Amino acid sequence: MVTNGVGRYFKNIKDAVATIFEGMTVTFSHLVRKPYTIQYPDRVPVRIQDTLPFRYRGILEVDLEICTGCLACERACPIDCIVIDAPKDQKTKEMLLTRFDIDIAKCMYCGLCSEVCPTGSIHHTTEFEGADFSLESMIRRFVKAPVVAYKAKKEGETDPVVAPILERGMRYIQEFAEPADMKKIKAEQKSAAA
Amino acid sequence: MQQFIDRLIANGAFAGMPVEVVYALMMLLFGVLVVFGFFLPIAGVTSWLERRVWARMQSRVGPNRVGPQGFLQWLADGIKLLLKEDIVPDAADRPLFLFAPYFVVWGIVATFVVIPFSSSLIIADMNVGILYLTAVTALVVVGVLMAGWASNNKWSLIGGIRSAAQIISYEIPAGLALLPVVLLTGTLSTQGIIEAQGWAPWHWFAFNNPFTFVAAFMFYVAALAEGNRTPFDIPEAESELVAGFCTEYSGFRYLLFFMAEWGNLYVIGAVATLLFFGGWQVPAWTSNIVLLNLSQFVVFFVKSYLWVIISMWVRATLPRVRVDQLMILCWKYLVPIGFVNLIGTAIWMVVWPQGNRIVQYGMVILAAAVLVQFFRRVRFHLRRARPELYYSPAI
Repeated sequence: MVTNGVGRYFKNIKDAVATIFEGMTVTFSHLVRKPYTIQYPDRVPVRIQDTLPFRYRGILEVDLEICTGCLACERACPIDCIVIDAPKDQKTKEMLLTRFDIDIAKCMYCGLCSEVCPTGSIHHTTEFEGADFSLESMIRRFVKAPVVAYKAKKEGETDPVVAPILERGMRYIQEFAEPADMKKIKAEQKSAAA
Repeated sequence: MQQFIDRLIANGAFAGMPVEVVYALMMLLFGVLVVFGFFLPIAGVTSWLERRVWARMQSRVGPNRVGPQGFLQWLADGIKLLLKEDIVPDAADRPLFLFAPYFVVWGIVATFVVIPFSSSLIIADMNVGILYLTAVTALVVVGVLMAGWASNNKWSLIGGIRSAAQIISYEIPAGLALLPVVLLTGTLSTQGIIEAQGWAPWHWFAFNNPFTFVAAFMFYVAALAEGNRTPFDIPEAESELVAGFCTEYSGFRYLLFFMAEWGNLYVIGAVATLLFFGGWQVPAWTSNIVLLNLSQFVVFFVKSYLWVIISMWVRATLPRVRVDQLMILCWKYLVPIGFVNLIGTAIWMVVWPQGNRIVQYGMVILAAAVLVQFFRRVRFHLRRARPELYYSPAI
């Protein structure tokens, strides 16, 4: 250990030179390392949306083919950003969907609507680029012309158009309600209790 | 340059014009040529390169959108700042405030008068070149202090005062670092100093003896401190003083401060090169005077720009020093070492008036060994971290 004044003076000089040299080697080694920057949005190898998980809570979307018109999502929405009009057709006694609006500007992406949906019709997408020029254009209007609400069939869905959409919807709500790892956690909790 | 003009006059190129008018016009012409043809692009490109080098050292990308690899970023920045409003605060001392940036730029641009780019490409080879260099850079202090005072803002004032204290303090180690070279050559002329060296590293004054080697690095450190560069950028310390003396500036005047800073980097590199690293010296490979001068220019430019890059690298490495540490470094370390260098060089010259060839070779070998050790350490860090490597400068 150097304790006296003169020794410390020269030790300071030596330390300064040695540490600056070492620091310079560290920064120089960074010159040849790959930068971590993701050059969103135009210089990425894959679209960011495609890298996001299935359950990512992006902008809401509705598959009208499998919407039952139960209004569960409208009731579940804490900020009333979903507006549905579902009157009964007087002649055929079927439920019609005449309006299904979601105000994306209000939506807070809580996911309560997609949790209660029985068919997974209303679901989050991985799309997150929602910027637009007016509030009016932020309202997504899904019903272009009135459609008949979906009715679950006992024998299962056979329509080749609707079937894959329903299959996807059911997968979605299943994942939402009970993700795979959640099952494991619950089983562990049960075994720990027993 | 003066011989060149004299020859033009003798050849009757400016017949009917008074000699004084020709000189004045030529001064203006070369001034404009140096500022717009060299100083401005160098400062601009340096600003872009610095941001790129920094970014890579911090695992970022840096500006790469304007032009190829963001090369035109400096033009975009310059145009943006030109179009901005030039705000003068109500409480500011108006004439001083408006005039201060020009002093800073003058201080830097005026040094280009004595910087020899090649054996004949020099504006004026003064016999007091080095003295002129140190004297004219002192104009920067005036500008900075003026800016700090005239802004009528406490951050600006503190920044200005810190800068003045710093620049005046570091003039002494910088001057002391120049003196061994002046001792060795016996001249203050920049061309004379370069002519006393040779093209090979063992002819350079940095490797002449151990004292000049230390002096070279001491000069570089002191010059960085004089230029308010990062390890010593307390006058514009963002975390303490907003932006120091340029807090109240905007638009083109703000640009002038930064142009001076980046231009100054090149001047530091050029002066270090001409004093210690052989200047424009090349082996006599051709008798064509134009080609020879061109190669000299390239050699000089590359050498001096290497120091600019090193200063970027230092900026990415070292944290800012405190005010007291700054003064301790100057007065307790650099100044005594400077005196030791001066006396040591004097004794060396008495013992070996022609220089010691063995020591010169030895020092070059030592420097090469340090360089090898450097790359070994770099490899060590890369091996330890196992990063994803990316050698291309383009991204």
